[in-house]
Amino acid sequence: MSIYLNKDSKIIVQGITGGMGAKHTTLMLQSGSNIVGGVNARKAGTTVELDGKELPVFGTVEEAMKETGADVSVAFVPPAFTKDACIEAIDAGIGLLVVITEGVPVQDTAEVWSYLQSDANTAGTRMIGPNCPGIITPGESLAGITPHTIAGTGPVGLVSKSGTLTYQMMFELKDYGFSTAIGIGGDPIIGTTHIDALAAFEADPDTKAIVMIGEIGGDAEERAAAYIKDNVTKPVVGYVAGFTAPEGKTMGHAGAIVSGSSGTAQAKKEALEAVGVKVGKTPSETAALMREVLANL
Amino acid sequence: MEYQAKELFAKHGVATTLGVVVETAEAAKAAAEEMGGVTVVKAQVKAGGRGKAGGVKLAKTADEAFEHASNILGMEIKGLTVNRVLITPATPPEEEYYFSFLLDRSNRQYLCIASVEGGVEIEEVAKTNPDAVKQIPIDPGKGVDAAKAREIATEAKFPEAVFEQAVTMIEALYTVFVEEDATLVEVNPLARLAGDKLEALDGKVSLDENASEVRHHEHEAFEIKDEADPLEAKAKAKGLNYVKLDGEVGIIGNGAGLVMSTLDVVAYAGEAHGGVKPANFLDIGGGANAQVMADGLDVILNDEQVKSVFVNVFGGITACDEVANGIKGALEILGDAATKPLVVRLDGNNVDKGRAILDELNHPLVTQVDTMDGAADKAAELANGGN
Repeated sequence: MSIYLNKDSKIIVQGITGGMGAKHTTLMLQSGSNIVGGVNARKAGTTVELDGKELPVFGTVEEAMKETGADVSVAFVPPAFTKDACIEAIDAGIGLLVVITEGVPVQDTAEVWSYLQSDANTAGTRMIGPNCPGIITPGESLAGITPHTIAGTGPVGLVSKSGTLTYQMMFELKDYGFSTAIGIGGDPIIGTTHIDALAAFEADPDTKAIVMIGEIGGDAEERAAAYIKDNVTKPVVGYVAGFTAPEGKTMGHAGAIVSGSSGTAQAKKEALEAVGVKVGKTPSETAALMREVLANL
Repeated sequence: MEYQAKELFAKHGVATTLGVVVETAEAAKAAAEEMGGVTVVKAQVKAGGRGKAGGVKLAKTADEAFEHASNILGMEIKGLTVNRVLITPATPPEEEYYFSFLLDRSNRQYLCIASVEGGVEIEEVAKTNPDAVKQIPIDPGKGVDAAKAREIATEAKFPEAVFEQAVTMIEALYTVFVEEDATLVEVNPLARLAGDKLEALDGKVSLDENASEVRHHEHEAFEIKDEADPLEAKAKAKGLNYVKLDGEVGIIGNGAGLVMSTLDVVAYAGEAHGGVKPANFLDIGGGANAQVMADGLDVILNDEQVKSVFVNVFGGITACDEVANGIKGALEILGDAATKPLVVRLDGNNVDKGRAILDELNHPLVTQVDTMDGAADKAAELANGGN
């Protein structure tokens, strides 16, 4: 078992013919993902050969889904076109939409989110991202850019705002392995939140413990802490990046900014610890805390 | 800054008085003479609390404007040096209100905040009389049309005499918010002047950098070169994601989260080494080729405070051998300009090849440490003169 993505997932790639799209489609194929095609309106009807596999290119997500039975789309489209690509995928009724693109204007994401909430038809799509590494269920499927070689399958569920910290943590705990690792992205507005992932991991029988990685900005970690208190029975270990970040400066991720007293790493750490989540000072200390948890299960 | 916010207000039909921006006291005097009557001299920096800091003064005559401008120019407000003042005709408000549109990231929508009780001290009003501060959610898919603007003005209880002007202004401010891709459009105070005229007396606009990149290249003009840190300006010119901090250990890493984490780990390690701190944030992203690495090192080595450099890379997509070759190439490019010790931690994809390349290079400035915590400790020790 896993969350959101498994061996039966059929994946299409929006922007499969672009540089990033082609490179990562190849890597996804190498990881064993079932990629069934791609979308590019200008190259509809053609095929692309990636990792020795000939993949059909469709004009629309709707057509791709109809022809291939795809239920997951991974979007590698430039930021200027990301909003339209998302709306198209949502309109087609895709089950899972993973938006890798970095640099999407936040008002575009706000509009996409509003559209997702607008009626029962659109609410069937789960969006992950934007500006995220995507999701991996080791040994089954990868929808995104997380290297599949870092860690195998195991009892740990991981949810993180950051891509490289996801990789670092998977690496630290590679001997245990992961049920699913999901990078939700560092933008101010994102589709799937820490809370969504925590709920899904809580419900997943193969996930025994959860690592939650946060960073400065917003109040997602504080909200997650409140959620954990009332709803999560599995052990959660946390890490928060950005203790040394100065106020008012954006630290790489568009959402990683401390404004006034809100959004600080200290406040997030305290909120998590107040509900019994052990929070590591460094990634390796966090991994050590998780090892203790796993050893006692 | 205020004058830039007002330019955006004026562009989209929000009632405001632009005034004149000057950089010298002489120019301030000339502007005040031209306007005649009483003027206000206002420090232009990206910080709140300018009035309290003594950065806003009323001038009855042009000579007084000269005097105030000489005092305010060069003054520091919240660590920022004042290089410009805005001269506007003094328009004493009869009433002050507060109004803003902002990105409400927690609820993934927009939020309108309005209060007709007190303007400038809005935080205080929010504490003492929260009912007087109205928060009205805005659906990004629906936006603010004339009907919604009317609804907002009604809920905020704008007085009859300025109600219609408020409706018009709310619509115009929302236009600023969406057309300019802002994350904050704030008018504080929104003033009722003599003759029941509604005007944005002061304002603040925060723009979304992603949107500026994608569809608002004209926003580049708002960046004032002399306001930026010279190292940040240099990094920006080279396309690097760099933030200058106050510390001794230069940091280069890949991925925003890992770099943020690296700063923290170095700060912890520094506690045992004379309290040294990270000197910067620098994310070189996935493509750690020799030129990017050289550009990054060049910026960091030009930071006089820096005593050692910590290169922390986890090879996810990027292979460690590429990164190691990047470091090797960067040291060749920099030659004698590379003067400070480098602590390198490589892990992940192709780590053995990467470490072997640096072992073989055997450069006197480069030390390899296998773990992130261990490498941070070494870098902090070197920054503290080996203690």
